[in-house]
Amino acid sequence: MLNKDDVEKVAGLARLKLTDDEIAEMTKKLGQVIDYVAMLDEVDVSGVEPMAHVADVANVFREDAVRESLPREDALANAPKSDGKYFLVPQILENT
Amino acid sequence: MSITELTAGKIQDGLQSGSFSAVEVTQSFLDAITAHDGQVGSFLTVSGDSALEQAAAVDSKRQSGEPLGALAGVPVALKDNICTLGTKTTCASRMLENFVPPYDAHIVSRLRDADAVLIGKTNLDEYAMGSSTENSSLGETKNPWDLKRAPGGSSGGSAASVAARLTPLSVGSDTGGSIRQPASFCGVVGMKPTYGRVSRYGLVAFASSLDQIGPFATDVHGTASLLEVLAGHDERDSTSVDRPVPEYTKSLEQPLVGLSIGVVKEHFAEGLDAEVASTIHSAIDVYRSLGAEIVDVSLPHSKYGIAVYYLIACSEASSNLARYDGAHYGRRASEFENMVDMYATSRAEGFGDEVKRRIMLGVYALSEGYSDQYYVKALQVRRLIRNDFDEAFKKVDVVVGPTCPGPAFRIGELVDDPLQMYLADVYTISANLAGLPGISIPAGFNSAGLPIGLQLMAAPFVEEKLLRAARMVESQTDFHTKAPTL
Repeated sequence: MLNKDDVEKVAGLARLKLTDDEIAEMTKKLGQVIDYVAMLDEVDVSGVEPMAHVADVANVFREDAVRESLPREDALANAPKSDGKYFLVPQILENT
Repeated sequence: MSITELTAGKIQDGLQSGSFSAVEVTQSFLDAITAHDGQVGSFLTVSGDSALEQAAAVDSKRQSGEPLGALAGVPVALKDNICTLGTKTTCASRMLENFVPPYDAHIVSRLRDADAVLIGKTNLDEYAMGSSTENSSLGETKNPWDLKRAPGGSSGGSAASVAARLTPLSVGSDTGGSIRQPASFCGVVGMKPTYGRVSRYGLVAFASSLDQIGPFATDVHGTASLLEVLAGHDERDSTSVDRPVPEYTKSLEQPLVGLSIGVVKEHFAEGLDAEVASTIHSAIDVYRSLGAEIVDVSLPHSKYGIAVYYLIACSEASSNLARYDGAHYGRRASEFENMVDMYATSRAEGFGDEVKRRIMLGVYALSEGYSDQYYVKALQVRRLIRNDFDEAFKKVDVVVGPTCPGPAFRIGELVDDPLQMYLADVYTISANLAGLPGISIPAGFNSAGLPIGLQLMAAPFVEEKLLRAARMVESQTDFHTKAPTL
């Protein structure tokens, strides 16, 4: 059974700031989905290889060749904050 | 007959014979959008000026005798989770409300090379997460057959725009039924190709092992002609498969001799609307009358499809959507305390409720102590679902059944009940889990005049046969010629 503490922990891992109302709502609705998926408990999967992917391709390599990349100006064009050279973010290290 | 009533194929014929110009075609559809999209709400962006420029370029190429691409002068609308250089790509999310991609998706390059006219970007459930397009944060799309009803989703705008004859062709993406289910609700043809058939480069990722781009049209021929352009290898998507693309339109009119059709008994179980059931049985009778062999098949693990899907799709989504951090592109909150708070606040402001729910479910299913119980278990049952199909396709060429358990539901009807909404995808979801191609075609109308879709599925890379089988029943019926009155 999913409780409020679980939901708060998951929200932290997911980097989602949720309001108290959202936590309550999420506890209820996620709980319903978790209860629903419990039906998988009845399936015998012993010896079944997990199928992460259906594509019939593996180890797709290309030549390690130098080629044109996205121009810096284009890469920064959608940045919320930039100085024209870099993405700007809040300071993460203390001044020493 | 006005241009907007024509199929994509008839528009191509008319352009070739000089009955009308590409500019006239594009202007006709732009006029229809102006007249009707206020009601339907299928577009988030209408690219009128650039569409007319592209059309004029096609006309001048034709006049000067230059070679023309396969879709020269035909308008195509794109779901707004497909990146378009210089044109906003929002995913119907406040997170990407002002995002202008610096590159074209592979399929957009293919469409430009084919001289198609890119007429606009269509509405969707935010990040393609939903079955009704009600999860869009940027607009409301209505079903053109009944404006009180949902168009389905998540490619609701792409389906509704074709149904309302606002574009002859459109492109969507299908992760659990997001092309086929809205095609069924809106009475048009929609197809999910085999996983790997169409490059996902430039498709904003939701669940990478399930997502696939595919075509919408009013008829099977239009669907086939658009798929010919979309399909093909692209080294920028390492899951894109390098194998030749058949000329689907060339063989379309040849009926399949000795066709064997599998009827999935689990798709006619409890929960299926009675009028949908009788409509689908009529379509099966058409196949029988054409000499097809009808065989009962069983997909015993299909009942676990939705549970498996939500665990896998949400797990992949929680990873894919981790990139929205408020640092590189997309929304950044205006107020926050530190770097981590910037992430959490930007994401809280940018994502809608359903996107948050799915990220949360995915993080939970992958979290320490739970991943074997949820994620790995789901991957094991996924293999059993695929094995069921492999067994079925040893016996039959295609399987048929209803696309959806019922016709379009009312807007607001399921919005507070995510689990019931998920069940709308019960028949479509397994094709994504197994990586198979599937198509929904109009099969009739219920007593309220709402469209009902027939779904056909085939083994991987058997699109050519799937399209021909779809055309066989379409050629005996006229449901695809009906358009809603707006």
